[in-house]
Amino acid sequence: MSILAIDTSNYTLGVALLEEDKVTGEYITNVKVNHSVRAMPAIQTLMKDCGVEPNQLTKIVVAKGPGSYTGVRIGVTIAKTLAWSLNIPIVGVSSLEVLAAHTGRYFKGLVAPLFDARRGQIYTGLYQYQNGMLETVIEDQNLLTVDWVEKLKSLNQPVLFVGNDLPIHREVIVSELKEQAFFADITEHNPRPAELGLLGRDRQGEDIHSFVPNYIRLVEAEVKWMEANSINETK
Amino acid sequence: MKKDLFIMGIETSCDETAVAIIKNGTEIVANVVASQIESHKRFGGVVPEIASRHHVEQVTIVFEEAMQQANLTFNQLDAIAVTEGPGLVGALLIGVNAAKAIAFAHNIPLVAVHHIAGHIYANRLVEEMKFPLLSLVVSGGHTELVFMKEHGHFQVIGETRDDAAGEAYDKVARTLNLPYPGGPHIDRLAQEGEPTIDLPRAWLEEDSYDFSFSGLKSAVINTVHNFTQRGETIAPENLAASFQQSVIDVLVTKTMRATKEYKVNQVLLAGGVAANKGLRAALNEAFTQLKDVELVIPPLSLCTDNAAMIAAAGTIMFEKGQRADLALNANPGLDLEIHN
Ligand SMILES: [Zn+2]
Repeated sequence: MSILAIDTSNYTLGVALLEEDKVTGEYITNVKVNHSVRAMPAIQTLMKDCGVEPNQLTKIVVAKGPGSYTGVRIGVTIAKTLAWSLNIPIVGVSSLEVLAAHTGRYFKGLVAPLFDARRGQIYTGLYQYQNGMLETVIEDQNLLTVDWVEKLKSLNQPVLFVGNDLPIHREVIVSELKEQAFFADITEHNPRPAELGLLGRDRQGEDIHSFVPNYIRLVEAEVKWMEANSINETK
Repeated sequence: MKKDLFIMGIETSCDETAVAIIKNGTEIVANVVASQIESHKRFGGVVPEIASRHHVEQVTIVFEEAMQQANLTFNQLDAIAVTEGPGLVGALLIGVNAAKAIAFAHNIPLVAVHHIAGHIYANRLVEEMKFPLLSLVVSGGHTELVFMKEHGHFQVIGETRDDAAGEAYDKVARTLNLPYPGGPHIDRLAQEGEPTIDLPRAWLEEDSYDFSFSGLKSAVINTVHNFTQRGETIAPENLAASFQQSVIDVLVTKTMRATKEYKVNQVLLAGGVAANKGLRAALNEAFTQLKDVELVIPPLSLCTDNAAMIAAAGTIMFEKGQRADLALNANPGLDLEIHN
């Protein structure tokens, strides 16, 4: 078994190789450089260093969003094309779930990973470990940070926040949640591609052709068009 | 006996997801195009984010169909050629990253192709090139005259200074309330009308091979406005015919002049607007006078964006030894002249 995990959904570029019970290699950077230039070379370097040939791969696991539209698409395009051309399964995992899985493992409480979504908004979801398994408490969504913290406050439980974009939203979170809020340190903010690979390891492969990113948001032009043609967006 | 050369082409620069396989640079063995035109129609133009999303949905489907049509395995492919630019960056990125993934997975050489080089090389799928030659490239994003002294060598001797011819067509179509994409509708209307309205022709400097269509576009809008103000209705077929006549006059005249000055053996029509019936007819007629020059006009399916043309151009780049590595990026503003 040789799993290749790819995450290009935000500034962090992550690639990992996993065997059944071992992480063979992991590559992580967090710089603002185009993933298109660096993702394939990172995959090539890691596989070469680990002595794994493309035809030895048994599964591709990819972070399918939310995140930067272009970023997610680069990872998903590479993952789909590799899986299709090597005839191996593809598994998509929420980019937020990857963050929660790593940071929340030894935290007794709720975990709220987040990515900035501009104009006071975030992509977030709520996760919790139960009997060693990561469970989704609230599905990934896109909303205003002020609305999110209000929702979390009503749950009346400690919440651990994680993500590189925390500084943008920290003030709003603290002002509403006070001691209920916990913050991960900088070593936790980069999603770990090995964690992504582990999350996908035992999940069933999905249909490659119809595999698409989870953008969460519609395209702005579509929203405007629907408004102009007074079609209500049904969730 | 020389081994056959199989090159796969990938094209995603705008709103078509396309994959093709070409044998020995001239023979199409697979040619698949998934068009998104229906998805963009209601917006009156291509929405870049929607185009990118569609490319991700289509990419492996189109690959699979092409491989089935060709009945080949990956280890029979000599190279993967992909459009590097110009085009919509988000759209280009899908083709570029898919191409790199296949090249890596199966250890196949990767070649980067300029989209316009592709349009020009669509002609080689119809007729062998005879140098020196001239190509008139007319599309939604480009209007240029390209001189080629040999394979893979491009010299842009004239280009548009403002709108591309295709853009002018789309804008005039909108003025006439014709559906998107407007080019074919203008062309059809023009066949029914007469060029009765006097519209300008931008010849620019006497020796220039450059083009300009923004003045013509404004003149059309003003004409419609003036008619409406006087409470008169304009015959759209006559306006379409007059507009088309003006565009074609400039394109054909400049092409003829360059043909003589550069003493070329062949003239190739390329790009989406090459599907225009009026332009095809006018060029055919003009070239009957030039007996020594061969005019090549590709079939409609090879004029619009496709990947066979990218594979055709890629074959030449491959033979010239050009190779891209896995750091290849999309380049929306890629220059034709330095790209060889
Ligand atoms: Zn084109």
